[in-house]
Amino acid sequence: MPKKEKVITWVLRLITYSIVVIIGTILFNIVKNGLPVLSWEFLSQPPRRSGAEGGILPAIIGTIYLVSGAIIVAIPLGMATSIYLTEYASQDRFNRYVRLSIITLAGVPSIVFGLFGLGLFVIFFGFGASILSGSLTLAFMILPTIIVSSEEALRAVPLSLREGSLALGATRWQTIYKNVLPYALPGMFTGSILGVGRAAGETAPILLTAAAFFLPKLPTSIFDQVMALPYHLYILATQHPEVHKVLPKQYGTALVLVLLVLTFNLTAIFLRGHFRKKYKW
Amino acid sequence: MVNETIKLESKNLNFYYGETQALFNINLQIPKNRVTALIGPSGCGKSTFLRMYNRMNDIIPGTHHKGSILIDSDDIYLEKGSMDIVSLRKKVGMVFQKSNPFPKSIWENIAYGPKIHGIKDNTKLEAIVEKSLRGSALWEEVSDRLHQNAFGLSGGQQQRLCIARALAVEPEILLMDEPASALDPKSTTRIENLIRELRENYTIVIVTHNMQQAARISYYTAFFYEGKLIEFGETEKIFTKPDQQQTEDYITGRFG
Ligand SMILES: Nc1ncnc2c1ncn2[C@@H]1O[C@H](COP(=O)(O)OP(=O)(O)O)[C@@H](O)[C@H]1O
Ligand SMILES: [Mg+2]
Repeated sequence: MPKKEKVITWVLRLITYSIVVIIGTILFNIVKNGLPVLSWEFLSQPPRRSGAEGGILPAIIGTIYLVSGAIIVAIPLGMATSIYLTEYASQDRFNRYVRLSIITLAGVPSIVFGLFGLGLFVIFFGFGASILSGSLTLAFMILPTIIVSSEEALRAVPLSLREGSLALGATRWQTIYKNVLPYALPGMFTGSILGVGRAAGETAPILLTAAAFFLPKLPTSIFDQVMALPYHLYILATQHPEVHKVLPKQYGTALVLVLLVLTFNLTAIFLRGHFRKKYKW
Repeated sequence: MVNETIKLESKNLNFYYGETQALFNINLQIPKNRVTALIGPSGCGKSTFLRMYNRMNDIIPGTHHKGSILIDSDDIYLEKGSMDIVSLRKKVGMVFQKSNPFPKSIWENIAYGPKIHGIKDNTKLEAIVEKSLRGSALWEEVSDRLHQNAFGLSGGQQQRLCIARALAVEPEILLMDEPASALDPKSTTRIENLIRELRENYTIVIVTHNMQQAARISYYTAFFYEGKLIEFGETEKIFTKPDQQQTEDYITGRFG
């Protein structure tokens, strides 16, 4: 290898390694400080004294509710949209703009979605600050990601399979349903789960639409406010009267949140690997 | 073409990819239960012409045509004609240049078409699967692994599976676009033998760039050049004493 090549390889390698080291340090720090806090009590008890004591059960439950709500709304909508865009929509100028808008939406800061949710769901529809408003807001936030990754999965199915099916007399929908979707679904789910992981960790969208500062009892309806892990963390770290005393609780909460998101992402990676083996062309 | 029944007919056919014209005023009558070969240099419009007969070009955005295509004297592009696109494609099967088995089991590949057309009864489907695989000379090789993925088959077997899949919906016409161009000589021979068997019962239109192949299997040959039909006639005549200079140049390998 020429000398210049070697230098470039090493520079790139160094950059990569330092990123891994930085992320590793953050994770290590969270695990090291969070692990001692993690206990059955921490996971199963409501907080006491504004979170200085007790556990984080309502925040875990709240996040699970919010994320589940977002999944229920966003995955069907996102998949339907991506099917329309790839399989039905013509490639004219209007649809190119629709696609461009969706990609742009994927990059909109989450606080903007929060404000949008506040205006539309909380105030205009009158859902108030609630699981419903929060879930819908999160759904809209992750929708672009789901659409874009689902489109990619659909496009990865070769045209020749569609042609083969159509040539046998199948209608367009039969072709999509029987000979495109089954192969694209794993990819669609993978992308969606990654979006969901993002929804679990965001504070800004739920800040104004769903999250309660301190609510030790569990929600009973979708119109209730909830606690949520990222928001709880934010409060403990910046708004709590005894910020330093609750430091261990912050690490514990952060660790639980990281584990939750990690679970989502590992599921996605596992699924992708599993289905890749199944369908190859 | 004495005493032949005309199965397929194109009249004053012009075809356009957007602004670019790919077919120029083609008039051709293809006889029933014969093998007709379409030959000509690459890019001359053979595939485009073939795909007119099952309206496969419809799915390419921005294309349009002028003129008409008749099957058994019915205009297949007529909006209110007797033939909708589903029954057209049931009647006109297609085998593609690059074999395209579905990533499903062999059984599911064959049963796909019949199921789409409403056959649910499992015994009936079993019978169709066997008949189609026998029809494409594949039964002996795969009867013990019908439920394995079709991707496990060799290239030649995959292409014969695609032929079986087309046969399963009981078409009258088979369109084949260079079905053996990606196969080794041995598999090619098997496909050619198969076509010889099928020609008893089907009207076959086959695109090929291999002139020996055209000579071996076809009864009629149409020579295309730059989107135009230059000459059509009995294969023997086309290959021995063609009327057109261009045909002769191509046959004798002076271009293409
Ligand atoms: N999808 C398409 N869009 C635009 N032009 C095309 C398309 N398919 C084929 N063509 C053009 O039409 C002409 C005929 O192509 P084709 O029918 O594939 O020829 P052949 O099968 O004889 O090689 C070529 O010039 C080719 O570039
Ligand atoms: Mg071609």
